[in-house]
Amino acid sequence: MGESFMAFFVGERVAMHEILWHGRGGQGVVLAAQILAEAAYIQGFRGVTSAPTFGPERRGAPLTASTRISDEPVRTFSQVAPADIAVILDESLFENATGEEMLREGGLVIINTPLKPDQIGANGRFSVATVDAAGIAREHHLSMGGVPVVNTPLLGAFCRASGLVSLESIEEGIKKKMPRSKASFNFQAIRTAFERTEVWVKNGKD
Amino acid sequence: MSDVRIITGNEAAALAVKRAEPGVIAAYPITPQTRLAEVLSEYVEKGELKAEYVRVESEHSSMTVCISASTVGARVFTATSSNGLLYMHEQLHWAAGSRLPVVMCCVNRGVGAPWSIFNDQQDSFSQRDTGWIQLYCRDNQEILDTVLQAYRIAEEVYLPVMVCYDGFVLSHTMMPVDVPDAGLVKKFLPPYRPHTILSPEDPKTINPVFFASRRENADGVLCDGYMEMRYKMQAAFERSRTVINAASDEWAKLSGRNHGGMIWEYMTEDADLILTGMGSIATEATLAADALRAEGIRAGVVGIRAFRPFPKEEVAQAFAKASAIAVFEKCISYGYEGGVCSDLKAALYGTDIKAPIHNYIAGLGGRDVKTRELVEAARTTFEAALAGDAGNKTIWLNCHTG
Repeated sequence: MGESFMAFFVGERVAMHEILWHGRGGQGVVLAAQILAEAAYIQGFRGVTSAPTFGPERRGAPLTASTRISDEPVRTFSQVAPADIAVILDESLFENATGEEMLREGGLVIINTPLKPDQIGANGRFSVATVDAAGIAREHHLSMGGVPVVNTPLLGAFCRASGLVSLESIEEGIKKKMPRSKASFNFQAIRTAFERTEVWVKNGKD
Repeated sequence: MSDVRIITGNEAAALAVKRAEPGVIAAYPITPQTRLAEVLSEYVEKGELKAEYVRVESEHSSMTVCISASTVGARVFTATSSNGLLYMHEQLHWAAGSRLPVVMCCVNRGVGAPWSIFNDQQDSFSQRDTGWIQLYCRDNQEILDTVLQAYRIAEEVYLPVMVCYDGFVLSHTMMPVDVPDAGLVKKFLPPYRPHTILSPEDPKTINPVFFASRRENADGVLCDGYMEMRYKMQAAFERSRTVINAASDEWAKLSGRNHGGMIWEYMTEDADLILTGMGSIATEATLAADALRAEGIRAGVVGIRAFRPFPKEEVAQAFAKASAIAVFEKCISYGYEGGVCSDLKAALYGTDIKAPIHNYIAGLGGRDVKTRELVEAARTTFEAALAGDAGNKTIWLNCHTG
């Protein structure tokens, strides 16, 4: 899987990976969390859960969803916070998503932005992966109501940056949550996002 | 061949109902039960489930439809939450008193006022004495398996069964669930045999006014009075203990999954400190027990699966060696303490168990309960017992007010 965040987990094997998806109502945050759970199960993880953050949901309002990934069946259903990995669909949610209560020290941020990892103003508390998911969605004519679809390209970035699941597993996961024609329409964008994701690893040699 | 799907608690419940093939479903949507009612209506609409889906204007009516349909010989299902369950209150007694094997899911949600759509167990707890068997589930697999067991139990002892699971925490969380095939369920669940079938060909009056004492009917047959009918209901509850355990064992044999009958235990064999509760908070407690063991405290968990009938004998055995007990529960009997705690104390009275019991009221109205909070609370309980403090107390977990 090449350079990835996981390579730097060696020595502190994490029993469970907790992922928080940050976006706005209508961006497909909940669906992305579900696809990742499907993909992780296909990848061989026996414990997976996905859940919306329990609260009022409105189109355009900030919201989160979570995915837990573990070798063993998951026995915690409490809300994920802080997370190990934050995936940010809307750049404006960066501050909120990366505070100490939302993201663990040494965690990973995967963000939809045209900027490079060293340009987003991270404070060194966590690793950063960037991908221009909106730009990639536009290139691949992936839009809904004129708005670029960024959730699936970010799954490609997640594969690259976390190394937890393969692109093949993500594609299989998508097939379980979408009609086949719609699913395959997403694959190119996901692969492009995988290739263009740039990772800056905290304390790493990248 | 296993068919594992990553689904919510509501979807797991709906799949179980589909496999149980009820003839009549009546439900009124309410958060967080809504998706369950929707999925079932989709099954019926698509012809995947050959049931009559009766749309009603309220929960009082949904239970009334279930009572009526069950009385004419149909297997029935409904589901609700919170104030919807409270609106059924009168009919809950009616279903139980008529000895109808209605199965209902209560997707646990806090009760208004003030409004909350989020999880606690005050709704089903407040309906404890309506004559329904109450089973609580710890994850989505258990929801599916328990709904199937509920039909078997209900139809064997002729008591209605409420399958309770935590709203949002389970109802809206997706996790892997092994879905049994229809053939396996058919082996487990025999066709419904009604005790009485009301039909135009054989007209009867059922549930007329009963007098207190026994009385001869028009044919000169000496019939039960009201009190005898009540005694028989209590006797059915007593008998249901073995039926609940047997249903669990039988399902375990067929499916390979054993969730426990009346209770389940986690690392209790050598446990000095036992955490207990019902539903998802008890699952979370197993992680707390792991963490406490890592600290050197021998901790275990007893999950209360059946709240009614209460597992009095099982808890007396399971807690026999405990030196400290922490009860975590998402309900309260105002003016006293948590309902599980009271029942537990009553069950342990007169036994040799003298461990102090700390009652933690937790997670009301959806307040998140984290493993580390359970760890800290249980550790406090253990240290108090170790220091010789034998007093029981009630503590509101993570609750701060002026």
